[in-house]
Amino acid sequence: MRENLHRFFRAARGAGVRVSPAESIDAMRAVAQVGFADRDILRDTFLLTLAKTQDEKRSLGECFDLFFSQPEPQQESAEQNKTDDNNESGANPSADEHGDTAGGAANENVGPLAQMLLSQDRSAISTAIANASGAASLPDIRYFTQRGIFQTRILDAMGIQRLRDDIDDLTTRNPALAERLQEALNGLRGTVRDTVSQALLLYGREETENLRNEILRNAPLARIEPRQVEQMRTLIRQIARRLRERYSKPRKRQRRGHLDVRRTLRRNAAWGGVPFLTAWKRKHRDRPKIVALCDVSGSVARVSDFFLLLIHSLHEVVDDVRSFAFSGHLMEVSDILESKSPEEAMKEIMSKVGFGSSDYGNSFADFEDNWMSTITPQTTVIVLGDARSNNLDPRADILRRIGERSKRLVWLNPEGRMVWGFGDSEMPRYATFCTVVRQCATARQLERAVSDIVATYQ
Amino acid sequence: MADTRPTASIEAVESGLAAQGYIASRQIATAVYLSQQIEKPILVEGPAGVGKTELAKAIAAWRGMKMIRLQCYEGLDEAKALYEWKYAKQLLYTQILKDKLGEVLGGAQTLAAALDQLHTFGDVFFSKEFVEPRPLLQALEQPAGCVLLIDEIDKSDAEFESLLLEILSDFQVTIPELGTVSAVAPPTVILTSNSERDLGDALKRRCLHLHIGFPEQKLEERIVESRVPGISQTLRKQMVGFIHEIRSLDLKKLPSVSEAIDWARVLVLLQASELDHEIVKDTLNVLLKYEADIEAATPQISSFIAKASRQGVFS
Repeated sequence: MRENLHRFFRAARGAGVRVSPAESIDAMRAVAQVGFADRDILRDTFLLTLAKTQDEKRSLGECFDLFFSQPEPQQESAEQNKTDDNNESGANPSADEHGDTAGGAANENVGPLAQMLLSQDRSAISTAIANASGAASLPDIRYFTQRGIFQTRILDAMGIQRLRDDIDDLTTRNPALAERLQEALNGLRGTVRDTVSQALLLYGREETENLRNEILRNAPLARIEPRQVEQMRTLIRQIARRLRERYSKPRKRQRRGHLDVRRTLRRNAAWGGVPFLTAWKRKHRDRPKIVALCDVSGSVARVSDFFLLLIHSLHEVVDDVRSFAFSGHLMEVSDILESKSPEEAMKEIMSKVGFGSSDYGNSFADFEDNWMSTITPQTTVIVLGDARSNNLDPRADILRRIGERSKRLVWLNPEGRMVWGFGDSEMPRYATFCTVVRQCATARQLERAVSDIVATYQ
Repeated sequence: MADTRPTASIEAVESGLAAQGYIASRQIATAVYLSQQIEKPILVEGPAGVGKTELAKAIAAWRGMKMIRLQCYEGLDEAKALYEWKYAKQLLYTQILKDKLGEVLGGAQTLAAALDQLHTFGDVFFSKEFVEPRPLLQALEQPAGCVLLIDEIDKSDAEFESLLLEILSDFQVTIPELGTVSAVAPPTVILTSNSERDLGDALKRRCLHLHIGFPEQKLEERIVESRVPGISQTLRKQMVGFIHEIRSLDLKKLPSVSEAIDWARVLVLLQASELDHEIVKDTLNVLLKYEADIEAATPQISSFIAKASRQGVFS
């Protein structure tokens, strides 16, 4: 049973639940107390000892159900000896009973796998699959690309080579029997495929997801396919959570300044002014204030979408965000983003300002006329756009004034550095007034950029 | 009354807690049972008002143990949670020492002899007498064991968590001047959290993790029954059904068990025999704590009452 528990812990890790050795020891001690008799209690016990968050509890619960719906190989290996004995003595008579076609089979000189298939002994077959899975170390499966190789390994371990030879032999001598064997082989392949898929679900889920996320993180945001948008949103939320965890609770020590003499004296008045307890001045820290100007025209829109989603899911860290969207002209979108779901909000923003040809000069002028006062010396201004202004007046002078008023002016450009300044790109002219200019085309670069901006306030 | 023997079974836990008016789900009972069997703290998470703190009180009452409560808040430090030196007394002590020093050391001829004599006195300045025990140390010093409730751990700073680690895993604390103080009898430790921030992995690893969500309808009816005995069965079914409907709305703060109990008390006080539109509208502020929530729920009252009553008929 201990072996089974270990396999379950591995499956749990595969399902994304972090199970440390200490936790597995706790779980074993707990299981020793409650026993295996009541499956519900066993499930509760695992949920209590192994899973440490709501999400983990859910995935561990699913994993538990999946795991214990599988037959247990250990018991079967005991059974197997029995069924093997049965096969030697019992296979022939049962095959005889199947009538004339099967009647010949007993006399044919076929391998054990063929015999098993012909006798249609389900428990023997599933035992054989379970044993072959063990021999092929199926619990090591990690990626969906490994499905083929594990199927081959299992079938090899079951002796498919011999079966194929048998079928080849029989096609000339006993075509009917060969056909039956061929059909059974197809069925067997299906069963093995299912077994492997289930094992992948049990042991490989996390790795598969990691691989997918890794690919997604480095994919250019502007060109991802529609079906990946939802996955990307989840990924962006994960990034937001990570940034929140990193920055929401600043270390106190860093804020500690000089001795606060007045407060120290007052606090220690009870002890005749002998300073037992010291009071310290706190260093003042700015809360991040962000003004985001996002180009939502054409190809930049997707990047802006994810950028706005990221910034607005950081409320714990950044409590003051004002977002503006522009293509031909500029408007404030903070309220839309805060009151609606991301999908609806983006749709509304797009219908109001999106998809026009971008006019950076005009948009900056709009901003200066209406919202210039939102920028204070604590504000970080982030402009997200490709700086392609269709050869209209870039109004770099306004950008200079924005840069002078703010703490930092960061420009994020989804295009590669190679093309900055070619065609109608005004990037070099804008870049002179920016504190930082970054390329920002993938989720990873987005994370770096936002993380750097928040870090300057720590 | 004090019962220090480990509890016999999960059923015993369930009935023991029920005797104190705490109706525990199977999962809660399993957690309490396991925490006593393998001597681990329980970390309870869940929305406000589902009975996290109440669980600790019920365990204490059931086992006849003292409950020591440590309410966490931002800025809580070891001087308030663990121990503090009695500065004033220490100060007095040094003054007495100064006065007596002449008499005590009068016989010594040389400085070296005086120093030798000084070393022969025990060092009482940092001794047990001058330690002011705070909740955590008090809990370790209880001879009959106790229930230690560390409430709303998520409100405290991350540094405070590290302070707890030694207590949670080994039931001991280290005072630099005195050495390590181990628990006389290991206390039953319950930590509660509203998930306002994520707790550290080190803390979570040392605990059994129990999540208490909103109870199922049947369970909630039993809870209301045990807490508000005066309420009639039909009204109880209706009101619990109504609350379950309300929880399906997208509200700022969903009504939890404590609100359900309050509401049941209010309904009994108003001598309502069954729910109707008027009485629900008048008492909705007991259930919902935000103006916006009340506005969102008001148009649905009638349909919710109808649904809740229909359930009552069939179940």
